[in-house]
Amino acid sequence: MDVVLLSRLQFAAATMFHFLFVPFTLGLSFLVAYMETKYVKTGDETYLRMTKFWGKLFLINFALGVVTGITLEFQFGTNWSRYSAFVGDIFGSLLAIEATTSFFLESTLIGVWIFGWKKLSKKAHATVMWLVAFASTFSAVWILIANAWMQNPVGYTIREGRAELVDFTAALMQKWAILKFVHTVSAAYVLSAFFVMGISAYHLLKKQKIEFFTRSFRIALVFGLIFSLVVVIMGDLNGVVVAEKQPTKLAAMESLWETTNRAPVYLFALPDEENERNKIEIGAMPGMLSFLIKHDINAKVQGLKDFPKEERPPVLLTSFAFKGMVGLGFYFILATIIGFIKRNRLADSPKYLKLMLLSIPLPYIACELGWIVTEVGRQPWIVYGLMKTSDAVSPIATSQVLITLIAFIVVYGLLGVTGFYLIFKNALKGPEFSTDN
Amino acid sequence: MVLQTIWFFLWGLLWAVFFMTDGFDFGIGTLYPFLGKTDQDKRIMINALGPLWDGNEVWLITAGGVTFAAFPMVYSVMFSSLYSALMLILFALILRGVSFEFRGKVDDPRWRKIWDTCIFVGSFAPALLFGVAFANIFQGIPIDHNGIYHGTLFTLLNPYGLLGGVLFVLLFMIHGALWISIKSEGDLQERAVSTANKLWPILLGVAVVFLIASKFYTRLYDNYIEHPAFFIVILITVLALLGVRLFLLRKTFFKAWFASALTIVGATFFGVIGLYPNLFPSSLNPRYSLTAYNASSSPLTLKIMLIVVIIFIPVVIGYQVWAYNLFKGKVTPEDLAHDEAY
Repeated sequence: MDVVLLSRLQFAAATMFHFLFVPFTLGLSFLVAYMETKYVKTGDETYLRMTKFWGKLFLINFALGVVTGITLEFQFGTNWSRYSAFVGDIFGSLLAIEATTSFFLESTLIGVWIFGWKKLSKKAHATVMWLVAFASTFSAVWILIANAWMQNPVGYTIREGRAELVDFTAALMQKWAILKFVHTVSAAYVLSAFFVMGISAYHLLKKQKIEFFTRSFRIALVFGLIFSLVVVIMGDLNGVVVAEKQPTKLAAMESLWETTNRAPVYLFALPDEENERNKIEIGAMPGMLSFLIKHDINAKVQGLKDFPKEERPPVLLTSFAFKGMVGLGFYFILATIIGFIKRNRLADSPKYLKLMLLSIPLPYIACELGWIVTEVGRQPWIVYGLMKTSDAVSPIATSQVLITLIAFIVVYGLLGVTGFYLIFKNALKGPEFSTDN
Repeated sequence: MVLQTIWFFLWGLLWAVFFMTDGFDFGIGTLYPFLGKTDQDKRIMINALGPLWDGNEVWLITAGGVTFAAFPMVYSVMFSSLYSALMLILFALILRGVSFEFRGKVDDPRWRKIWDTCIFVGSFAPALLFGVAFANIFQGIPIDHNGIYHGTLFTLLNPYGLLGGVLFVLLFMIHGALWISIKSEGDLQERAVSTANKLWPILLGVAVVFLIASKFYTRLYDNYIEHPAFFIVILITVLALLGVRLFLLRKTFFKAWFASALTIVGATFFGVIGLYPNLFPSSLNPRYSLTAYNASSSPLTLKIMLIVVIIFIPVVIGYQVWAYNLFKGKVTPEDLAHDEAY
C-alpha cells in the first residue's frame, strides 16, 4: 500500500460518505420550503405538521452533510498537496467563492430556521427555508464547476509548473459544468423524492395518518417524476460531451475495446482487462452507441485499444457502475410514472407502496455509482490530460494516511449508523399528532 | 505587490474572525462539563450557541478556501505538513457538529453522556490545536526548499507551541464564559461570571509570558521595531484584555464579550503583522519560507477573488449580524421546551 492508493481510498471514502447526505439536503430543502409555503398560504395545519416532520429528518441529515463537507476541503491540502499547488488558482478560487457566496448563507440561515419559529413572521420563516434551498443548490453549482474543470480543464495556461487562470468565464460557463450541474442536482432531487415517497408508503401501508402521507407522497411524486426525466436526458447529453472530451472514459463505460463504426451498446458486457476484450457480451444493439453520442448510427467510436494501457481507467468498475446507474435511472422514471397513474388511489395500491418503500436505497446507490463513473472513469488523470493522480499526492508518510484512513472508516462508520438510525427511527415513528387526518 | 499585500491581511482577517466567532463556541464546549451541572444547564449552554455555531464555522471554511485560492503554495504546504494536527482538528469538528444535533434525539442519559463527551473533546481539541499550529507558524516550521516537512506531530508540541495552545484555550474559555453570562440567568450565569473572573488573571499571565516568549522564540518583533507604529495593535489588544476585566466587574457582559472579541482579533493580528510578508516561514532556512509574494496565485485570480470578497463578505457580515441580533435574548427554560431546541 502506498500513499497514492491510501489517499485515493481515503478520498473515495470521504466523498462517497459525504454524498450520502448532500443529495437529501439539496432536494428535501425545496420540498420542506414548498410545504411551509403551502402552510403560510392556506393556513392548513397539516402542511405545518409536514414541514416540521420532514424538517426534522432534514436537519439530522443536514448536520452529517455539513461536518463531512469540511473533510473534503481539508483533504485537497492534506493528501493532495501537489494537486492543490498546481490548480489553486482556479480550483481553489471556485471553492472559496462557494464558501463566500453560498455556504455562508446556507449555514447561517439554517440556524435561523431551526430556532426562529417564534422570532420571525410565518412568511419570513418560510422564506428562510427557500433561501437555504437555493443556497445549497447554488453551492452545488460552484462545486460542480470545480469538478468539471478537473474533467475538462479550460481557461488556463501553464506557467512555472502551475495552471494559472487566464479566462474565468471559460471555466464558469463551460458546457461540461452546466450539464454536470443539472444532472447531479436532478439526481439529488430524485433521491429526496424517493425518500419521501418511500417513508410515506410505509405509513400508508400501515394505514396511519393517511391524509398527511398521501399529500407528502404526491408532492414528492411530482418532484420525482420531473427530475427523473431531467436526470436521464441530462445524462444522455453528458455522454455526448464525455465522448468528445474523454474518449477513454466513454470507451470504458461501454466496455468498447475496438475502434468501430456502428459501435454497439451491450445490455451486459463483462470486460476482461488482461486480454483486452469482453468475456461475455449480451444484448448487443449495433450502432446504438454511435447514434447516442454522434447521432449517426454509422459514426466511428474510439475503442480502448486506441489508447496506451497506462492511460485507460479501470474498465470493469467504470462500466458496471455506468450500467447500474443507467438502469436505475430508467427505473426511477418508470416507478414515478406508475405512481402518477395511481396518484388518486395510492392508499389502495399496497404492491406499489411496498415497491416504493423498498426503493428508498436505490437513488443513493445510483448517485454513488454516478460519482464512481465520473471519478474512476477519469483515471489515471486527476486533471484530465494535465496531471496524473499519482503525481498529485502529498509528500507525507504512508503511516500517516493509513492511520487517518482507519480513523475515517471507524468514525464515519459509527456516524453513518447513528445518523441513519436517527433518520429512520424518526421517519418510521411518524409525526406526533393525535387525530388521524 | 499591492494585491498580494491586501490578500495577506485579508487572510489574517478571515482567521481572526473565525477565532472571534467560533472561538466562543469552542470556549463553551470546553467549559461545558464544568459549568453544566444539570441537564438543563447543559441544554442552555448548547442552545446559547445553537443558532450561530454553524455560520461561525464557515469562517474556517472560508479562511481555508481563501488560503487555497490566494496562496495555493501555502495551502498545499501548510495542510500537508500539519497533516496530523489538522486531521485531529477535523475529527474534533465533526464530532462537535453532530453532537449538537444528536444529543437530544434519544432520551437516555447514557446516550447524552456520549455526545457530552464529544462536545467537550470536539471543542477543546481545536482550541488547543489551532493555538499550537499558529504559534508554530509564528516561530517557523521545519520545511525544506520543496515545502517538505521535516518533523512529526510532536515537533509541533514544543514549549512555545504549547504556550500558544494554552493561550488560545484560555482566550476562548473566557470568550465562551462571557457568552454564557449574556445568555443565561441564575446559578449558571453566576458560575459563568465567576469562571470568567477566575480565568482572567491566568489569561493575563499567560498573555504576558507569550509576548515575552515571542521575543525569544520568534522574529515577530522585527516588523514592530522597523515600524513602531504597529505597536499600537499590541497596545489595543492589551487594553481590550483589561477592558474584559473592567466590564466583568461592572457586570456589563456584552461589553466584556465585545472586549474579549477584540482581544482575540488583536492577538491574531499581533502575529499576522509580525509574520508579514511570511505566511508560512521555514525554520530551516528563511529562504525556504512561503511569503505573500512567492506563494500567491496569479494577479487575475487575486483580482477576481478580491471583487468576490469585497461584495460578499459585507453581505455575509450583514446577515450574520442580523442573525445574532435575532437571537440576542436569554435562553430560558421555555425556549428549551420547543420541538426544535437542541
